Amino acid sequence: MTDALHRELGLTDDELARIIEILGREPNHVELAMYSVMWSEHCSYKSSRIHLKRLPTEADHVLVGPGENAGVIDAGDGIAVALRIESHNHPSYIEPYQGAATGVGGIIRDIFTMGARPIAIMDPLRFGPLDDPRSRWVAEGVVSGVSGYGNSVGVPNVGGETVFDETYKGNPLVNVFCLGVLPTERLVLGQASGTGNLAILLGSTTGRDGIGGVSVLASAGFSDDEADADKRPSVQVGDPFEEKRLIEACLQLLDEGLVVGIQDLGGAGLCCAASETASRGGVGMDFDVTAVPRREEGMEPYEVMTSESQERMLAIVEPGEADRVLEICEKWEVLATVVGKVTEGGSLRIVDGLDGPVVGEVPASSLHDDAPLYDRPRAEPADLSEARADLADDALEAPPDMAAALLSLVHDASWVYSQYDHQLFLNTVVGPGSDAAVLRLKHPTTGVDTGRGLALTTDGNHRWCAVDPYVGTVMTVAESVLNLACVGARPQALVNCLNFGNPEHPEVMWQLSQAVDGMTEACEAFDLPVVGGNVSLYNESGGSNIDPTPIVGVVGLVDDLSTVPPGMSWADGDRLVMLGPPSSWLSGSKWAFDSGHRRGSLRPVDLELHIRVTNLVRALVVSGGVSAVHDISTGGLGGALVEMAIASGVGCTVARVGGHGELFSEGPSRVVAAIRPDHLPAVEAAAGDLGVPLTRLGLAHGDAIAVKGLVDVPLAAARSAWERCLPDALGAGTTIG
Amino acid sequence: MPATVGVVVFPGSNCEHDVVESVEALGGQGRLLWHGDADVGDVDAVVIPGGFAHGDYLRPGAIARFSPMMSAVTDFAASGGPVVGICNGFQVLTEAGLLPGALQKNAGLKFLCQPATIEVLVTNTALTGNATRGQKLSIPINHFEGNYTCTPDTLAELRAEDRIVFTYSDNPNGSTANIAGICNARRNVVGLMPHPERASNQLLGSDDGNVLLGSLLDAASQ
Repeated sequence: MTDALHRELGLTDDELARIIEILGREPNHVELAMYSVMWSEHCSYKSSRIHLKRLPTEADHVLVGPGENAGVIDAGDGIAVALRIESHNHPSYIEPYQGAATGVGGIIRDIFTMGARPIAIMDPLRFGPLDDPRSRWVAEGVVSGVSGYGNSVGVPNVGGETVFDETYKGNPLVNVFCLGVLPTERLVLGQASGTGNLAILLGSTTGRDGIGGVSVLASAGFSDDEADADKRPSVQVGDPFEEKRLIEACLQLLDEGLVVGIQDLGGAGLCCAASETASRGGVGMDFDVTAVPRREEGMEPYEVMTSESQERMLAIVEPGEADRVLEICEKWEVLATVVGKVTEGGSLRIVDGLDGPVVGEVPASSLHDDAPLYDRPRAEPADLSEARADLADDALEAPPDMAAALLSLVHDASWVYSQYDHQLFLNTVVGPGSDAAVLRLKHPTTGVDTGRGLALTTDGNHRWCAVDPYVGTVMTVAESVLNLACVGARPQALVNCLNFGNPEHPEVMWQLSQAVDGMTEACEAFDLPVVGGNVSLYNESGGSNIDPTPIVGVVGLVDDLSTVPPGMSWADGDRLVMLGPPSSWLSGSKWAFDSGHRRGSLRPVDLELHIRVTNLVRALVVSGGVSAVHDISTGGLGGALVEMAIASGVGCTVARVGGHGELFSEGPSRVVAAIRPDHLPAVEAAAGDLGVPLTRLGLAHGDAIAVKGLVDVPLAAARSAWERCLPDALGAGTTIG
Repeated sequence: MPATVGVVVFPGSNCEHDVVESVEALGGQGRLLWHGDADVGDVDAVVIPGGFAHGDYLRPGAIARFSPMMSAVTDFAASGGPVVGICNGFQVLTEAGLLPGALQKNAGLKFLCQPATIEVLVTNTALTGNATRGQKLSIPINHFEGNYTCTPDTLAELRAEDRIVFTYSDNPNGSTANIAGICNARRNVVGLMPHPERASNQLLGSDDGNVLLGSLLDAASQ
């Protein structure tokens, strides 16, 4: 075996030595290919595992925590909820449409692998600036891909985020969150058991697409354009119609109790699915590589085992059930082929025909359990104390045109989400464009409406985390919890997607470790278990790392969904108040970053106060004490007022905002609430009882957004600027780079 | 005896359960009809629901029209049975020749999922018996190919025979004559792009679709 091959496959010399030690001999090509994909950063989390262990993962309602295809929680009434978030960042930069489309396809398979019907997607997206033609091309392609695949496969997309910033110019982020529901008793795990059981491959044929996707593409940064274009064949191509039939076939197999275990084929393809099911079940598997239906001639065994062709599943089935399985697959026009057999011992043997010669043999568990674990060097940036002392508040003057500065901070995302079906399944009570989405919670098989709701939010803020990855991550989790409170929901579980730069850079590992610590502190304070996650590293381009971008997806429960939550629309005559601690701190705010000031420090979050604020907001929402509510985050108090005024079609007259600091600050634990005049005393009393600061801001009225001494802009002009931002920019043409 | 509405399922359909749910909420009975079967059974009405039958490959509805079930639906329509195509179902009905014209890509070349206001122009169809002429309904659209087109002769015929059932108040997709839905000459087959089942509950933002689904149940009971 030449030592060049293992390097070409992304393995280090030390890792090759370790493989030789495990096998007691040199690996052959197929074996080496399997280790290279399974030990890739993408599959093995070798740089991040050591840190992820610190996250809190347990709670009474957690049925499945991290490590399975998706986290699962008990939502009551016999319903379990499966959730997961994943990234498809690198493929989406190379080939935006297919990269994003297959990201949607992959996360959906993770959910129905657990036995759940996928009922909602959310897509937190990050692109380069709108004035960059290549970034517009990526944005347009990604949104089309999410739309084209998600709509056709039939899973509604109920929310997300769209952020444009310089830091993502050479490396966009395409994260996709998916949630599904299943009858609690039907929970299935991706494991094989029972010697003699059959492994049946369902779905698409296997081709050369996506070979090495996890190792070559997802586990390295971008350097120059020509080399990146050469990686295009490592991007898979999606077929949502195949996936739709696969979903229906698999759910019918599960309904009829025909499978022992089931596993989707995603990164690292058959190799990953076969070894994971076997090693989780503590068994081995003989895998007949020649039985795998192919779409290309002359494929080598290593290509078949590591192909990332989409829309495939591996089901473990008792021999007596095989005929019925094949019959159901035939009904749904899903290809089904027996490709393996569960064996005693722990060997994954790749065979040429089930009774034929062995072409590769490795201990199945070694592909997972023996994967390298790195405690990579961490170092805070050399100029950290200098950077933290350089506060935006001191460095930046008030903008000359306050209204223009304010309106530049918020935009209407409906250009994105109007391209997504967000209503399928008749669950969507609150859809995209809100603080959190709210879905009716119906039993997945009986269809009985529980009268309760699921609330979903995804949040991330690279600006906060660039300034301080620890506090920034605390603020991110805090924002999620407050978003859920704004729709009356109690948080239940969190999944995270940790998007960071090159882990071989000590500063990046320091950022990752700080973010994990911040998430740990926040989740412990909120009693919020982390039930799954994904780590995306090597988000770098031209030697420059992206700002650290931990993104969280949080699901909550609404106990009584007999009325629609108040939302952002206030009524003429409502009194406007801010609930939560006043803030004029500007470092890390969008306004500071857009003004070119990208450092400084954040103030620690008072988590105990944050909990009181969320409790107050939730109580007011549930009791009908507020007619509108919106959390203060990107764009600060000013941004919240603009969004609420536009949503309402009614302006506002606000006083007691001290200056641009108070207008643009993104200090945590705050909402704007609109209250009917006769309800105001009760709200003030409730805030006082809970020790939550309340600031009277003014009145909802008129046809202008007026903040005394700072801003006075006609509502129509504000709406026009807000609405036209994305359509104008993205209508300005794109380039294929 | 509640009316039974058969809802056709092709591989790739996705609104079939939503139609069943909203029909049953109004007291009807929903029954799924598999595309490969050649018999509608004893249903009182048929709905071809939204989705992406056969992945919309080739052209929306172009493959679905060859399903054995479509022959049965054609016979059912010929015998006067109420047949409604919603969104992808409307596309299937035009491909199958049960309704004239075609649905092409939206004028903006983007998929559109958004609320739409439509006006009811005629009330003597299988879907509008309980509505009033000129009634405005808020019902969501959710399509890429919803831009209705037809020849000038067909348009003249549709107008002359009062077969334009719904028009958009603010045309979102470039449809000829703002057409959101039409019916056949016998008025028992209706196709429309908006999704009445998605406007079946105030919690979902509108229940204006219920007047249409209720009309269908009444037509089915006759």
